[in-house]
Amino acid sequence: MTRAKPEDDDWNSSKIHAFTFDDDDDEFTKLKESKRAVSSILVDDDDDDDDDDDDDVEKVSWSGEPVGSISWSVKETASSIRSGGEHGFPKINTAPSLPKQGSGYSLSSLFKAFSEASTRVYAPELRKPKSECKDYFSDWSPEETVKRMRKGKVYSLERFRSLQDKLLLLDEAVSAHDGNVITAVLIYLKKSLSKELMVREIALRHYVHYLKEMEEQKTLLMQYKEHLSIKDENQRRDFLKTCMRLPFSQDDAIHVQDHYTLLERQIIIEATDKKGEAEIFKKFPRKASILNMPIITTLYYSCFYHYGESEGTFSSPANIRSTFRISEKQYILTALGARAKLKSWFDVDSLFNTKNWLGYTKKRSPIGFHRVVDILQKNNAPVQVLKDYVSLIDDAELKLSLAQKYKCHDIVIEMYRDLKDRQQLIVYQGKVERGSHEDRKIDQLLGNMQIRWKN
Amino acid sequence: MAAHLSYGRVNLNILREAARKELREFLDKCAGSKAIVWDEYLTGPFGLIAQYSLLKEHEVEKMFTLKGGRVPPADVKNIIFFVRPRLELMDIIAENVISEEKLPAPREAHILFVPRRSLLCEQRLKEQGVLNSFTNIDEYILDLIPYDGDLLSMESESAFRECYLENDQTSLFHTAKGLMTLQALYGTIPQIFGKGECARHVANMMLRMKREFAGSQNQILPVFDTLLLLDRNVDLLTPLATQLTYEGLIDEIYGITNGYVKLPPEKFAQKKPGEGGKDLPTEPKKLQLNSAEELYAEIRDKNFNAVGAALSKKAKIISAAFEERHNAKTVGEIKNFVSQLPHMQAARSSLANHTSVAELIKDITSAFEPFSLPLFHTSSYKNFKPISGDNLSSESFFDNLTVEQEFMTGVDTDKINTYIEDCIAQKDPLIKILRLVCMQSVCNNGLKQKVLDYYKREILQTYGYEHILTLNNLEKVGLLKPQTTTRNNYPTIRKTLKLWMEDANEQNPNDISYVYSGYAPLSVRLTQVLARPGWRSIEEVLKMLPGPHFEERQQLPSGLHKKRQQGENRTTLVFFLGGVTYAEIAALRFLSQMEDGGTEYIIATTKLINGTSWVKSLMDRPEAQIL
Repeated sequence: MTRAKPEDDDWNSSKIHAFTFDDDDDEFTKLKESKRAVSSILVDDDDDDDDDDDDDVEKVSWSGEPVGSISWSVKETASSIRSGGEHGFPKINTAPSLPKQGSGYSLSSLFKAFSEASTRVYAPELRKPKSECKDYFSDWSPEETVKRMRKGKVYSLERFRSLQDKLLLLDEAVSAHDGNVITAVLIYLKKSLSKELMVREIALRHYVHYLKEMEEQKTLLMQYKEHLSIKDENQRRDFLKTCMRLPFSQDDAIHVQDHYTLLERQIIIEATDKKGEAEIFKKFPRKASILNMPIITTLYYSCFYHYGESEGTFSSPANIRSTFRISEKQYILTALGARAKLKSWFDVDSLFNTKNWLGYTKKRSPIGFHRVVDILQKNNAPVQVLKDYVSLIDDAELKLSLAQKYKCHDIVIEMYRDLKDRQQLIVYQGKVERGSHEDRKIDQLLGNMQIRWKN
Repeated sequence: MAAHLSYGRVNLNILREAARKELREFLDKCAGSKAIVWDEYLTGPFGLIAQYSLLKEHEVEKMFTLKGGRVPPADVKNIIFFVRPRLELMDIIAENVISEEKLPAPREAHILFVPRRSLLCEQRLKEQGVLNSFTNIDEYILDLIPYDGDLLSMESESAFRECYLENDQTSLFHTAKGLMTLQALYGTIPQIFGKGECARHVANMMLRMKREFAGSQNQILPVFDTLLLLDRNVDLLTPLATQLTYEGLIDEIYGITNGYVKLPPEKFAQKKPGEGGKDLPTEPKKLQLNSAEELYAEIRDKNFNAVGAALSKKAKIISAAFEERHNAKTVGEIKNFVSQLPHMQAARSSLANHTSVAELIKDITSAFEPFSLPLFHTSSYKNFKPISGDNLSSESFFDNLTVEQEFMTGVDTDKINTYIEDCIAQKDPLIKILRLVCMQSVCNNGLKQKVLDYYKREILQTYGYEHILTLNNLEKVGLLKPQTTTRNNYPTIRKTLKLWMEDANEQNPNDISYVYSGYAPLSVRLTQVLARPGWRSIEEVLKMLPGPHFEERQQLPSGLHKKRQQGENRTTLVFFLGGVTYAEIAALRFLSQMEDGGTEYIIATTKLINGTSWVKSLMDRPEAQIL
């Protein structure tokens, strides 16, 4: 796929310098420069660093945290307990860190000053007798009450008896946006409203139902989420099965069903494979169980341990592929990774074989052969295998560079021959072994009078 | 120790000191010797406020991490639990307290909730029958933590998930509270702009809270002129892109937490004369990263391609400084040299560290060889995969970047991308795949149903069906979606806001696009346009982005109106609701430093994020990414 359309050239070129470092003004050189400078200074002065720091610089222990910082001290005092030492105080920066001022503000005092002015008249709760206090309580408007609640002062909700008062109180709490106060009011309402609400139970039911409808998607997923806390795989599977009955949206329903099917499968596969009887398990013992792994991991596992099983078996790659509607691309990538890991080059080969209607075999890949080469190379495929796939790469430049990189000499030589690039061929001869088959081949080509070299 | 907080335009050390004072006051409430039991998550954020020394001064003698069972023995009068208001933590505390009470001499117990008390939690403690065992139950309001001289963070990892996925707006409430604190210290912010649903909510809450305090007027001369509230979902694209600044790359590759990064130790081994290179350290090297370190402040916001040059320049300066001692002849000169020595040595070790860090990053990002071969023209590199084990990471880094840039410039965003396909086939980390697929979706204003279904199937088949939960989450927050209209408005947005700049200058940038080597972060463009010429010029684009945009004014008492000097810069606080990346911060710092910019920026956020940590926070089973 070509990315740069003509009109994008501008930004394409500008974007490249975003993190390219020109050779002549290389960042590395600069870093090296400053590093060199640093180390040269270090040689100049080999005093112990810790003793001569400037007073302004906080003292830092090796872990980097300033000595005397809170998190450091928590560790320090706690560990001194364990060792039983009584002298366990961290060395403390005794510099007078704060002026002992009497004039400074503290945060709460600021607000005390403000609020006192407005509440002094009403707030004698400590000095006045209780009975008197009560009168004040009963006088407080919803606004006043909520204000007091927010400030953590004494308050009483008992005076809000009528439904209307209660609703006013609730409105006031809500408009203050203080979740803490809203909750407190609700708890009170719940206690005291029950009688009034009994009468309206039918209405309430309707409302609860409405809320449920509104929040349905959210609630459903919340239920689904529960499965994460179930450790036992059989219970988890059963739980997922019950989730399937919930009225999810179409998309979500498919995912939940797939999740259930996958876990069910994994439990079956795990039961057999745990015994590890087949030859392949002895040769390549499993590192972990397959339970709760994502589907692509499961497919990889299946391609590794159960390749070639008939589609009828649950553990076969073909069956997993069709059950979970895995795209061709993902399938090929996964199977390729697994078979290459096992160095089954024959299986790799047949992954890409397609027969056309005349019966000829042709290599075809949904992922681009350069990626195939990439994966094979990472699995240490020999050159003989690699070169087959390098030669299938469409993009000539890419093909040439990968062929050079992986020493697929024949391909490089043939490409230069086709390009009639004599100069490059001569250069390349320097890279192949003297007297080797490739070396002779280049000699032959260079001596061939029938080729019309372009240079 | 925190001097770097006071160097900026706004002295953020005031906020830190206020937070410290609050902490001291609470500690003194529990008279006598004490041990603190930490919710481990909190130690990181607290480290930005106070060192152990502060606690020690207030008779904190031991510190433990919160665990089940009993609090370890320690001869102290008080035990204080520092915890987030989480129910599961309450159960552990209850367990601790119950076993404590069985002791012959139980210690006094206290709880400090960070950042807020929670009635639910107290209810839970009551159910467990331990609520009355506590002498003090208090809250420590740690909303906005000063992170650097121009940066505040709430360090709330799950804010985006809570707001956009779970519809829990508690973090917005905390945000508004934090902004009120900030205004109490730095004066009322006269102008508030915002874009997005959450921004609207926060502004509403702020205005409401202000009304509630109406009794007293804030008499502080305003430090901030403008507050800009931005929803993260207004710009879903930027965090998905790979950050290309020095700090951004450190975060992308190694992850910065609470201002620290852990690095592989090999390159930091100091070879000292006489010591063999035998015992290489195996513990990760931990570095603190902030502007207190002069060199780091200088290079962190540079494009990584410009870091090498900066380091070598610095090396020359330091070498020259050390050479000076040969010229020092008189006692005075020598004395002078010696007095500078500590500073020079600090500079030297900082240079050594960052040279090593740059090398580590270089190994991962540097382009691989075949690109310089004339044989290959650019159209074929895509299909070409050289197979050299060591170079794999850099190769994939480059390929990944290329695809990102294709998407951001709008190339082939409506087709199945072969690179993504290949990455799935190779089982690359799932988060990498998700970042790319989401980016494609965002740049195409949703994917064609066919394309979306294809990616989904491939992902579920390769990584496991349970990831349907994660995919669902991504759809819900709008990162992944089917195309609903045939009209893709991303190109219009890109063109109007100039999100792609052809010749981004990485060495001497003249535009914010340098932070992504071409892509100018949308969020920062919105900020830039707001300052000049104003949002009215981009009404159309603003309408294409999700959520309302708005402007509010807060009345100042007369006498507090700032009389601006000629040429004096305005100060704008930009608050990113749902997270900000280091590259966006770098872009804003770049704008602050522009000579004719006219505006300086202070940045606040719920959490510092990158594409990976962000997507991870939306996953339902993040541990499964280890495949």
